[in-house]
Amino acid sequence: MYLFGYKLPGMSSLILWGLLWEFLGQIEVSFFLPPLSAIFNTLLEIYNSKAFVRALYETGYSFLAGIFFAVFIGIPTGILMGKNRFLDELLLPWVNVFMSAPLTALVPVLMVLFGFGLKSIIITTTLFAIWIIILNSRAGVMQINRSLVDMANSFGASPIDAFIKIYFWAALPEILGGVRIGFIRAVKGVIIAQLLISIVGFGALFELYSSRFLMTHFWAVILVLFALAFTLSELLGMLARRVDYYASKRSQ
Amino acid sequence: MLTRSFFLKILSGALIFGAWEYAGRTGVNYALPTFLESMKALFDMTMSGLIFEAYADTLRPLAVGVFISSFIGIGIGVWVGLSEKFDWLVSPIFIIMQAAPLAALIPLLIMAYGIGLTSKVFVVCIMAMPVIVLNTSVAVKNTPSSVKEMARSFLGTEKDVILKIIIPAASPVIFAGLRLGVSAGFIGAILAELKITPTGVGDIISYSRMTADYPSMYAAIFSIILLAVLFLNLLEKIENFFFKGNNQGYIS
Amino acid sequence: MSDQTTDNAVSVKNIYKNYGEIEALRDLSLDFPNGQLTSLLGPSGCGKTTLLKIIAGLLPATQGEVFVNGSLVTKPGPDRAFVFQDFALMPWASVLRNVAFGLELRGVNKNEREDIAAKYIKDVGLVGFENSFPHELSGGMRQRVGLARALSVDSPVLLMDEPFSAVDEQTRRKFQEDLLNLVKNENKTFIFVTHSIEEAVYVSDQIAILLPRPSRVSEIIKPKGFRNKDVDSIRKDREYLDTVESIWKSLRTYVE
Repeated sequence: MYLFGYKLPGMSSLILWGLLWEFLGQIEVSFFLPPLSAIFNTLLEIYNSKAFVRALYETGYSFLAGIFFAVFIGIPTGILMGKNRFLDELLLPWVNVFMSAPLTALVPVLMVLFGFGLKSIIITTTLFAIWIIILNSRAGVMQINRSLVDMANSFGASPIDAFIKIYFWAALPEILGGVRIGFIRAVKGVIIAQLLISIVGFGALFELYSSRFLMTHFWAVILVLFALAFTLSELLGMLARRVDYYASKRSQ
Repeated sequence: MLTRSFFLKILSGALIFGAWEYAGRTGVNYALPTFLESMKALFDMTMSGLIFEAYADTLRPLAVGVFISSFIGIGIGVWVGLSEKFDWLVSPIFIIMQAAPLAALIPLLIMAYGIGLTSKVFVVCIMAMPVIVLNTSVAVKNTPSSVKEMARSFLGTEKDVILKIIIPAASPVIFAGLRLGVSAGFIGAILAELKITPTGVGDIISYSRMTADYPSMYAAIFSIILLAVLFLNLLEKIENFFFKGNNQGYIS
Repeated sequence: MSDQTTDNAVSVKNIYKNYGEIEALRDLSLDFPNGQLTSLLGPSGCGKTTLLKIIAGLLPATQGEVFVNGSLVTKPGPDRAFVFQDFALMPWASVLRNVAFGLELRGVNKNEREDIAAKYIKDVGLVGFENSFPHELSGGMRQRVGLARALSVDSPVLLMDEPFSAVDEQTRRKFQEDLLNLVKNENKTFIFVTHSIEEAVYVSDQIAILLPRPSRVSEIIKPKGFRNKDVDSIRKDREYLDTVESIWKSLRTYVE
């Protein structure tokens, strides 16, 4: 988008939307939409309050733990599935099932099995993220340029050399792409789990704010969450783009 | 080879359900019924017709929400794809929605729209819409320029170019976006029933959890996941049938 | 050049290759004289790349034997180096590391292998690009990297799988001229797969014409008269033109 010959930066229209929000808030179209400035003021008040910091800590902790399991179980599983046909045929149907299953329905099961605490939230987060990581790692390994493998073999590469020096790097763009989507899904998972379990983290905070109709508090938390999620997704997108040229199809 | 793949599917199913049955029998957790108990509960629910009434309730907000999202989402997506100004204006909103944990808005929706059908439809819409909009706009933008130039060189009007070139060229990716939208809609519909008011399948899950009738709870969850997976697989089959060799969606 | 030693660097004896029901190669025997360039020429699907990969040890033959300097081939070995049609460069590694990769896999230490790689980078004319990445290079430059990698392991036999088919026509002609000099100056045996008749006649000491269904060597042509002419006059040579014409006549029936 160009204005007077200048290219406007990608996300600059958000300023326009922010102004519109402020205006609608000032003329009080709805109780549920306080002005943006009031929300930022509240944010300045609560950002180092005990409840907010605690919610952020609990959410961050369960998110990181969930992602940790998803990445460190997902990537090796995906690579093994890509290399071993038997394992692939055995596991792929289940990965596909969980990939398209509405995982929200599993949260009540996790609650009765693992209690109303962080454990259930961590497992939900892992469940949201892991399947796409498996599928992408698998696709990455299966799409490796045949002639790169031949090249390594023609120079007499050992299986370990071939894995460390060729397979891993050649599959890296797909793996990172999967990890990026996995992170985005994990953010959604960690919030959904907290909403349903609702005595931990932001889930508890939402209950508190909505029971007292603290609208600016509520929006402040939402804006923080959305901003964090968006930043995370953009950072991972940048990282993934940096290794894009590793994908062998582009080297031709 | 068909028999081998079929055999392995049976084997992998038997392994997982066998493990479930075994874990249920050894009583690792008081809240884990055996696979057979859960299947019997599902059978009873099916015979009494309870499950069909529940589905009717659950699928109503889903159907309405997906219908609205498709209609508005494809409309906005095509417009974004065609107009650079509109792209600049609204794309950032949907990019953020796609990355953000929109479930966090549910408490607000409850406050604003109560606990009825409206809120539930809204939940489905905010979950399903971003992926539909983004897929549609990407598909429209990616129409090969040589085909558009071909249509113009043969004196096609702008309307011809849109209706006869861009929309048909974009339809495989748009359809893939709809499928992903339905998938996200399922998550939303169940989340709405668990979080807002227990109706339909969500009611069976919540009620049987409270009465500790775990086989019924597992049966309900099992059936809704099965339904979602079968329905999404059907959509994928339709997609493969109509758009052979052109069926990659943009998941992100 | 004409009275060169007739020892064979590579001998292929009665090779069969089946893919399930499909018979890719049947009873194929062929000798590759030492220090010369032999082309495998034929329409697509005639199994020329399959034969090359069997010689490389990348594919097992269903039946039959391949000898390189008298020893039986069972797997890839240091006596053969491969140049790939799509270059097979590692996109994540610099030109220097790509060229040195064959030596890296053989356990040559870093300083030594980078010195050797630098020499061959100079030979193929890529000085100044040592730290560039493949995606920053043109197609022709990428294949120079692939060639330098194959040369740097100093194998007596060089296997080239349609090495110039993915570069543009001008670059391709330059490569062909460079290849003639390479054959003249390096004491190596070249096995060169191509589907271009002109290219095969231009660069080869010996051309093996392969025909499909089932694949076999139908003819061996050894151009003599123009081999010692300079690169510019070959394409105007009477024998060159006649050879191209006669090969086209025997191959045209196989074009669908």
